[in-house]
Amino acid sequence: MKYLAPKTVEEATTLLAEHPGATVFAGATDVIPQLKAGRPEPEALVDLKKISQAVSVSDEGGHWSIGAATATAKLTGNKALAAEFPGLVEAAGLIGSDQVQSRATLGGNLCNASPAADSVPAMIANGMRAVIAGPGGTRTVAVEDIPTGPGSTQLQPGEFVVSFELDHAPARTGDAYLRLIPRTEMDIAVVGAGVRITLDDAGNVASATVAIGAVAPTARRVPAAEEALVGNPINDTTLAAVAEAASAACNPIDDKRGTIAYRRQVAGVLARRAVVAAAERAAASTNGASNNGETR
Amino acid sequence: MSRTHVTCTINGDEVEFLCEDDTTLLNALRDEVGLTGSKEGCGTGDCGACSVIMDGALTCACLVFAPEAEGATVVTVEGIADGNKLHPLQQTFLEGAALQCGVCTPGFLVAAKALLDENPHPTETEVRYALAGNLCRCTGYDKIIRAVLAAADYNGSEG
Repeated sequence: MKYLAPKTVEEATTLLAEHPGATVFAGATDVIPQLKAGRPEPEALVDLKKISQAVSVSDEGGHWSIGAATATAKLTGNKALAAEFPGLVEAAGLIGSDQVQSRATLGGNLCNASPAADSVPAMIANGMRAVIAGPGGTRTVAVEDIPTGPGSTQLQPGEFVVSFELDHAPARTGDAYLRLIPRTEMDIAVVGAGVRITLDDAGNVASATVAIGAVAPTARRVPAAEEALVGNPINDTTLAAVAEAASAACNPIDDKRGTIAYRRQVAGVLARRAVVAAAERAAASTNGASNNGETR
Repeated sequence: MSRTHVTCTINGDEVEFLCEDDTTLLNALRDEVGLTGSKEGCGTGDCGACSVIMDGALTCACLVFAPEAEGATVVTVEGIADGNKLHPLQQTFLEGAALQCGVCTPGFLVAAKALLDENPHPTETEVRYALAGNLCRCTGYDKIIRAVLAAADYNGSEG
């Protein structure tokens, strides 16, 4: 197995063409344990961390560009990003210990394609797009369309995610990610829920995205929950509809972390709580008005 | 296949070693460099016994491919003392007998050093969260947490 560390996207795509059996990696927090568990060794390992676009976080005016190989510790340490998207940053910060946070990445969390990946529902809730490089050039795909099942993605041979695009949040917008684990740290989600809410001037929901994780082969949106919210206030009726829709959208497995019935019930509870948390943030949000003056 | 030549700074010294590309930094530290303080507990990033500080960031050496260390600055448990003067954490771990079998100790020392470098006077809760990535299979957590808090007090009296 050969270790390769390209410095540019072009160099990386060339290397991947030369080594069709190569595995791309960023933080290696999934790849190394998988190799130890008996995954066949690839012919080459291509490290994305020397590519500057893949390891930088920048405000590009209309949107943030977040390198796919950026350590999550750099996201939690970015005050401007954390202020605008606290739910996304909290989800990234839930992945593993401090030791793991210095290595783990959003690109890895997405492309490892675990149904329980913590950052993915939060990325979906925020409408993030993945910038994919490959032999045919670059294409941009919604994060929710990348995983196709446990351990599988729609990435074609020779392709890899370079970075993510995250549009600046409109005024009165808040996001939240909540997960259930049996302990307080260092565990895999039994259920996760990522929500983003934008309120109108009257305090009703102008737009909503609800995504749930660990309850189906991939993280998925819950359109029925979103429809129940839009145009309505956050109250017991709409929250009950959100919970019911989230539970109904589950297609979970029974395993040592939770039964099907338990996951289904908890998905409803977490989706409802995440809506409340996101709406509270939206109501308190100063996004939009102040950002327009300062950053653009 | 020819081995890869890696040059990096370990505990302040420039170090060169040869390794296979699929070797972890942990195995290179132990087997090629001869620094056996970092331990392999799980080998999958769960237990923290191999904690090192790489380019300023606390990391599990078992989750790093050795060739990634090219040009990096690495601090291992062997590098935290000041010559013959123990690091305050080493002193308070000794005084508080904050170890039983000792396998997790190097990782706890390095992780606690990373914490105190960043936050010299953490609360008990902050210590417990910061050390969530370090497991002690003897379950001697209480003495470990107390030793870290004592070292933080020591920081205060020093300066």
